[in-house]
Amino acid sequence: MTAPLLEITGLEKEYQPGRPVLRGITLSIGAEGMTAIIGPSGTGKSTLLRCINRLVEPTRGSIRLRGEELTGLRGAALRRARRRIGMVFQEYNLVERLSVMENVLSGRLGHVPLWRAWLRRYPPADVERAFALLDAVGLPDHAARRADALSGGQRQRVGIARALMQSPALLLADEPTSSLDPKTAVEVMELMARLTGEAGVPVVVNIHNVDLARRFAGRIIGMTGGAVVFDGPPDDLRDHHLRAIYGGEDWL
Amino acid sequence: MRRAAFPANWPLRLALLGLALYALWATAQLGITGERLATGMGEAGRFLARMWPPNFARWELLLEGMLESIQIALLSTALGIVLSLPLGLMAARNLSPWWLRGPVRGVIAVCRSLHYVIVAILFVKALGFGALAGVAALTVASMGFVAKLFAEAIEEISMKQVEAVRATGASGAAVLLYGVLPQVASRFVGFCIYQLDSNLRNSTLVGIVGAGGIGGTLFAAFKRFDYDFVAAILLSIIALIFAAEVISGRIRQALR
Repeated sequence: MTAPLLEITGLEKEYQPGRPVLRGITLSIGAEGMTAIIGPSGTGKSTLLRCINRLVEPTRGSIRLRGEELTGLRGAALRRARRRIGMVFQEYNLVERLSVMENVLSGRLGHVPLWRAWLRRYPPADVERAFALLDAVGLPDHAARRADALSGGQRQRVGIARALMQSPALLLADEPTSSLDPKTAVEVMELMARLTGEAGVPVVVNIHNVDLARRFAGRIIGMTGGAVVFDGPPDDLRDHHLRAIYGGEDWL
Repeated sequence: MRRAAFPANWPLRLALLGLALYALWATAQLGITGERLATGMGEAGRFLARMWPPNFARWELLLEGMLESIQIALLSTALGIVLSLPLGLMAARNLSPWWLRGPVRGVIAVCRSLHYVIVAILFVKALGFGALAGVAALTVASMGFVAKLFAEAIEEISMKQVEAVRATGASGAAVLLYGVLPQVASRFVGFCIYQLDSNLRNSTLVGIVGAGGIGGTLFAAFKRFDYDFVAAILLSIIALIFAAEVISGRIRQALR
């Protein structure tokens, strides 16, 4: 058996000393499929994801992507690691003043030289791929529009295209549907599942909506209080697990 | 006892009373009287009468001065903008480490603390009479003004957009180019146009202390009691500022 794509061992994060947000997370993520992390707000799901691409500095523990240790990487090595990890954000985090095309192509910023990025002289292959991705996410005619002119669902589609533009080895999605209406949320999840499935990119997604998690993920990880309390396929997730994850039972 | 919906603000009342008393005292102290104002108005009337009609006979001198003023304004604005870009970035609290932004903020504060006429006097002493001193003085003033506003604009950007660009593996320079500058570009252009506007105004004054431009011509005309030529110069300056106002207004509208 080959080593897993992503291997997290004993990961801890303390924003303030002595008050851990993550308490010794140990996980391994395989090279395909969607893994959903569910859990109440403030339980460290977002911190976990951000530790992987080091938008947040882990306090202790190890994170390995294809065997390479990510904690402790600095400078150019860190940037090389980040460009292999795509990220989709809750509030899309598109650069609002830039066009859709510029936002999608910014997924190549880790690869193209600065002068090309500055003068918008991207290699033709990148531009072609950006158009193909815009077609794939259903925004074929929006390349020249400014990002702030788009609706929420459209923005998240651009966010997905930007992340896939990186040709990532792993896609992280931090509450990608929480700012969307229920119908759009399903459409965006469907799109993300289909495109990453076609490209063979594994996804780790934080999600509030348990039904969406069950519907799209092949594996569900339940977190509470900064620790993993459930890890298994959606069919194994029962009410008593949900009670353990979220506490209480009146809402079930 | 009745409850007061609007409690009396005694500190404010006392401060206003103090201000009024101080104004009265200062008026007496400086010898400002109605009588002196009345004689002054009469003098002003005679002075205005001598300004009419404006005398454009020496239009070549006038034109030369005006063109030099415009050159001073354009050059100092351009230089000031180029220098204020890195200064503003280095002074922004959200992007720059404390050991860098501290000294840079100090430089900006020094640039802003002295009035540009004082700076112009210093440069005339250092560089000699002429437009070079004016360009240098107004460059310093522009640098201070634009860099400060630019730094403030950067401090208000959305860090989420910056974070997203950083997450793609972009280098620091690429993050600036794609995550930071697009968010502040239009405001920056606005500051620059405003600064050009005020530099046009300022460049007509630095000549009075010998730093080039129409100000020198104006001052000489005053000293020779050529009040009709003074009027011609003043009208030309007003026309220039009006034109600049209209043009910059158009540009700002187009940017929106």
